Amino acid sequence: MNSLLAFMSLQNGLMQFPTDIQTILSLVFYLVFVLFIFYGQRIQMYVMIREVEGSLYRLKYIKDEGRKIAVETIKEIGKPQTDPAARVDRFLEYFTIAPQNLDPAGIVWKLEHILDIRDDRLKDEVKLMAPAANDTQTNNLENTLEAAMALNYIYKVIRHFYLLGKKTLSLYVIMQLQMILPLIMREAEAYASALKAFAYGQPIGDGAGALVAAKLMHGHEIRKLPKDCVTATVQIEGRTAFVIKAEGPGGNVGKPGDAIKTIVDENGGKINMVIMIDAAMKLEGEGVGELAEGVGAAIGGPGVDQFKIEESILEHHIPINAVIIKEDIGDAVSPMRKEIYESVDKAIERIKQLMLERTKEGDKVIIAGIGNTIGVAQ
Amino acid sequence: MSKNSASNATTRVSPFVLLIIILTLVLSLTALIIAMSTFDSNPLAAGWLTLIGALGVVISTYVLLQARRRTQEKIATPPTLTTVECTKCGFKNIREFQRGDYIFKEAEKCEKCGNPTQISAIYREVKEGQKERYRF
Repeated sequence: MNSLLAFMSLQNGLMQFPTDIQTILSLVFYLVFVLFIFYGQRIQMYVMIREVEGSLYRLKYIKDEGRKIAVETIKEIGKPQTDPAARVDRFLEYFTIAPQNLDPAGIVWKLEHILDIRDDRLKDEVKLMAPAANDTQTNNLENTLEAAMALNYIYKVIRHFYLLGKKTLSLYVIMQLQMILPLIMREAEAYASALKAFAYGQPIGDGAGALVAAKLMHGHEIRKLPKDCVTATVQIEGRTAFVIKAEGPGGNVGKPGDAIKTIVDENGGKINMVIMIDAAMKLEGEGVGELAEGVGAAIGGPGVDQFKIEESILEHHIPINAVIIKEDIGDAVSPMRKEIYESVDKAIERIKQLMLERTKEGDKVIIAGIGNTIGVAQ
Repeated sequence: MSKNSASNATTRVSPFVLLIIILTLVLSLTALIIAMSTFDSNPLAAGWLTLIGALGVVISTYVLLQARRRTQEKIATPPTLTTVECTKCGFKNIREFQRGDYIFKEAEKCEKCGNPTQISAIYREVKEGQKERYRF
């Protein structure tokens, strides 16, 4: 009742609104209008800065959590004598300088060499930080630290452009940052969920290809291949399949380029087909775990392994086919989704169909499951 | 150091801003109380005070809730499930993921036949509501 009366009195008040107040309101309106003409862009910039600031706080929180998880996991698994925090901080600032590309001839080998050195150095660092960790745990810790390193880098770059934009009051610096921020935040959130998956050794979405290979080779005799890869000879639909994957269950991608080259060389180039299975980025609107088939070397990373695979198959004119399992960046680095797990069996069926259609009985086929094999043995 | 940095990251709203928000909220509530008491004597002023008070309460509560929501956001860790399958009878047992689990790891003995079991799957389930839906 009271509120109804209040509303009615408010209505009456508005109707009896004095003319001078109306004039003041009109003046205020014009003032605001003029203010927006001259300072609209600046106000817009401050709104953007505030938005970026909010994301930066979130990034800082994620980065600090990443560091905390890494330190705690090292303490728990590695049983170090001293506090690993200082060493972790040093690790997070680690950088790699790409080889000079003014003369691109031979750059792949230079890049491979640099990446090998980096990998060895990171592994040594992890072993020093976590002396009690076994090989699987060392690989998982390395992956955890690399995710923390990526988060640290993202935070620093965003902070750099935020401060630069604030310092120069450049709308365009801030605007670019604000526009790209949703994508960056998505990536950062993905790495954040990857941290725990790596720390606990859970299979991740990227490991879908490795899981396909693991399912095909499970129960067969397994031998090691260079570098950090394993293979098993499996009879599928009357064809001899050399199934390759990175050695699990530790976080590892291996060097499938070297592994495929070894198998091709061992068979004197008499391989009738190469089939690669990998997780691939889906476009928005596509379903998680959808399969697609095509040709070419389905492998990500810096390109060294793709180059090596292409060189090997070109030398012997071996046809190469690819089956990809679609997922987004968040799914690729976080614990494997049920949809992706279920698509693994469908991928195996697709491989068998491909072999039946494109090869003859008695042919030799290489099946390479690409991806991080964390949480997937063989 | 890590604890300090983490807490700095979560305390997003500065005490000064928080003070202003709370002050606005208190003043708005006061305006509403005054409006109620002066309703009979001066209905016009009471009406305006009600409008200003209600607006103040709505805006300050919204800002406060927004700030709290942002500070409370944590890194989500989705529950991950492990499927343990008997190699002989095929009996399946789904349990929560435990550290050290991996696919093809030998697990505890089968509840049904006592034979060795093996981890056959590790995955996380995304709830129906969280899945993206597209019209195209």
